[in-house]
Amino acid sequence: MAHPLRGVAAITGLGMTPMGRIYKSTSELAADAVKAALTDSGLRKDQIDGLLINPGITGSTGGGISLGLQNYLGMQNLRLLNHMNAAGSTAAQMVQYAAMAIQAGMVNHVVCVFADAPLKDGSSAGAAYGGAARNPQRPKGMAGLYAAAGYFGANTPYALAARRHMDVYGTTQDQLGVIAVGQRQWATMSPLAQMRTPITIEDYHNSRWIIEPLHLLDCCLVSNGAVAVIVSSAEAAKEMPQPPVYIHGMGQGHPGDRGRAGSDWETQTGAQLAARTAYAMAGVGPGDIDCCQIYDCYTYTVLVTLEDYGFCKKGEGGPFVEDGKLGPGGALPTNTGGGELSGYYMWGMTPLSEGIIQTRGQGGERQVPKNDLVLVTGNGGSLSYHAALILSPHQN
Amino acid sequence: MTDERPPRPIPEADDASRPFFEGGLEGKLMLMKCSECGAWRLPARSHCDNCLSDAFTWEQASGRGTVRTFGVMHQRYHPGFETPYDVTIVELEEGPRLPTNLVGITPGAIRTGMPVRVDFENHDDVALPRFRPEGTQSNL
Repeated sequence: MAHPLRGVAAITGLGMTPMGRIYKSTSELAADAVKAALTDSGLRKDQIDGLLINPGITGSTGGGISLGLQNYLGMQNLRLLNHMNAAGSTAAQMVQYAAMAIQAGMVNHVVCVFADAPLKDGSSAGAAYGGAARNPQRPKGMAGLYAAAGYFGANTPYALAARRHMDVYGTTQDQLGVIAVGQRQWATMSPLAQMRTPITIEDYHNSRWIIEPLHLLDCCLVSNGAVAVIVSSAEAAKEMPQPPVYIHGMGQGHPGDRGRAGSDWETQTGAQLAARTAYAMAGVGPGDIDCCQIYDCYTYTVLVTLEDYGFCKKGEGGPFVEDGKLGPGGALPTNTGGGELSGYYMWGMTPLSEGIIQTRGQGGERQVPKNDLVLVTGNGGSLSYHAALILSPHQN
Repeated sequence: MTDERPPRPIPEADDASRPFFEGGLEGKLMLMKCSECGAWRLPARSHCDNCLSDAFTWEQASGRGTVRTFGVMHQRYHPGFETPYDVTIVELEEGPRLPTNLVGITPGAIRTGMPVRVDFENHDDVALPRFRPEGTQSNL
C-alpha cells in the first residue's frame, strides 16, 4: 500500500531574487521572492493561508526575517504560521510540514520562504560567517575551549570531518576537487549562478587553503537573496499553471552531539536515517534516483551524503565521484545549477530550488535528460541536521 | 612571546566549569562522571547525556587520548593566532572528545590516531588542556 503522504502534495510556485551582493533588507528580499512565487503559481496573495519562515545566518547575527514578515507581506487570517530553524535542513523541512498540514486538511497553500543578507557593502564574505569578531577575549565556560583552540566558523568542523574521511577511507584531495570542478561546469549553464567561469583541477589545487584539507574552492559562496516556494494539494496543483512537482518521499535525520563518546559524526551522517524514511515513503531506492540536488556547503558534504544515500558503499564516495559522473553528461547529474559552491548560497533553498526547476523540466541548457525522481537534501550545523525530499513530475 | 601579537581568547571559568579549569592549574584533567550509569562526559552540564541522571562526581581523567581528527588553519579569524596552526580533536581514553591544539609537533607531522597526552598551558586563573605526542617532554 502506498504511503498516505506520497503524492498528496505538490510544489506549485517558485520565486527567486537575484543572488549575491544584493543590498536590500531581508524583509524586502523575502517580499520580492514571495511576489515572484505568487506570479509563478498564479495564486493571489489572499489565497495563501500558510506561511513558514526561515532566516539564514542573519537570524542569529541580526536583521533576519521573523514572524513579523507576515505583516510586511500583509497576510491576514493565516491558518498556519511559524518561524523555523533547523539550519540548512530547514528548507526541506518547511516543505515537509506544509505537505503534512495540507494532507491533514489544515491549510490549502503554504508559502515557505528563506531570506538572508549577511553581505554588507565593503565587507568580505568571510566576515559574514567567520564569527571571530563576535568572540569576546574571555569567553565564558566550556564553550570557550573552541575559541581558545582557534576553532572558528563552519569551515573548521567540515575540515575535521573531511580529514577523518580521508584518513579512514583513503579519500583524496583530487576526489574532492572533482566535485568542485563538475559543479562549476554545471554553473556555466545556469543564468542564476554567481560563479560561471570554468575551473580546472589545477585551479582547485592552486586555490588558497582555508583550513586543510579544505581549499577555497571546497567552500560554498556567501549570498544575499531570497527564495520562496509554494506547496499546495496535488489536486489543486493540477489546475495551476506550472507543471506540478509532486512530493513522493520525505525524511529527516539528526544524529546528535559530536563531542560524545562513540560518535562517528564525521563520516556517518543523519542522511542515513533520512534516506531510509524517504525511500520507504516513496517506495524507491538509490538506483531509482535520476538526479540529485545535494546540500553542498563543502565538496565533502556532497561526497559523504551520496554515500549515506546508498549511491555507493560507505567509504567509497571518493572513487565513486572520481570519474566525473556528477557533472554534465555524467551518470548521476548532481547539483545541476552549480549548487552552493558555484551557484548561490540560500541554505537548503539552493538544492530545493534547482530540484524544482529540474523536476518541472525548466532547466534549459542544463536540463537533465531524465527527471522522474529527483532527490533534494538539506544539511545543517556540523553535519548535525538533515532533511530530504524526493520529487517527481508524476503523481504516481 | 616576543612579538606584539594580541592574546588568544582565554576562557573564563563559570560556576559549572570551575573544577575543569582550576583542576588544570594542578595538572589534573577533570571530567564529569555519572553516578548512576558511570558514563564520562565533558563539563559542564547537570544532566548525564546518557541516562539524564543529575547525580555526578568530578573525576580525574587519565590524560591519555588519541587524535580523532585535525585540520590545519590558514584563515586569519582572530589576530591572536599565528597561521598556520592545528585545530585538533582529541578522543580521551574515557570517551569524550575535546577541541584543542597539539604542542611539541608541527602541524604537518600530525596524524589521525596518534597517541597523545595532556599538557597544561597555565594562565592566571585557568589552565587550558593542550596535548603532546605520547613520549615527548613538556616544554609549556
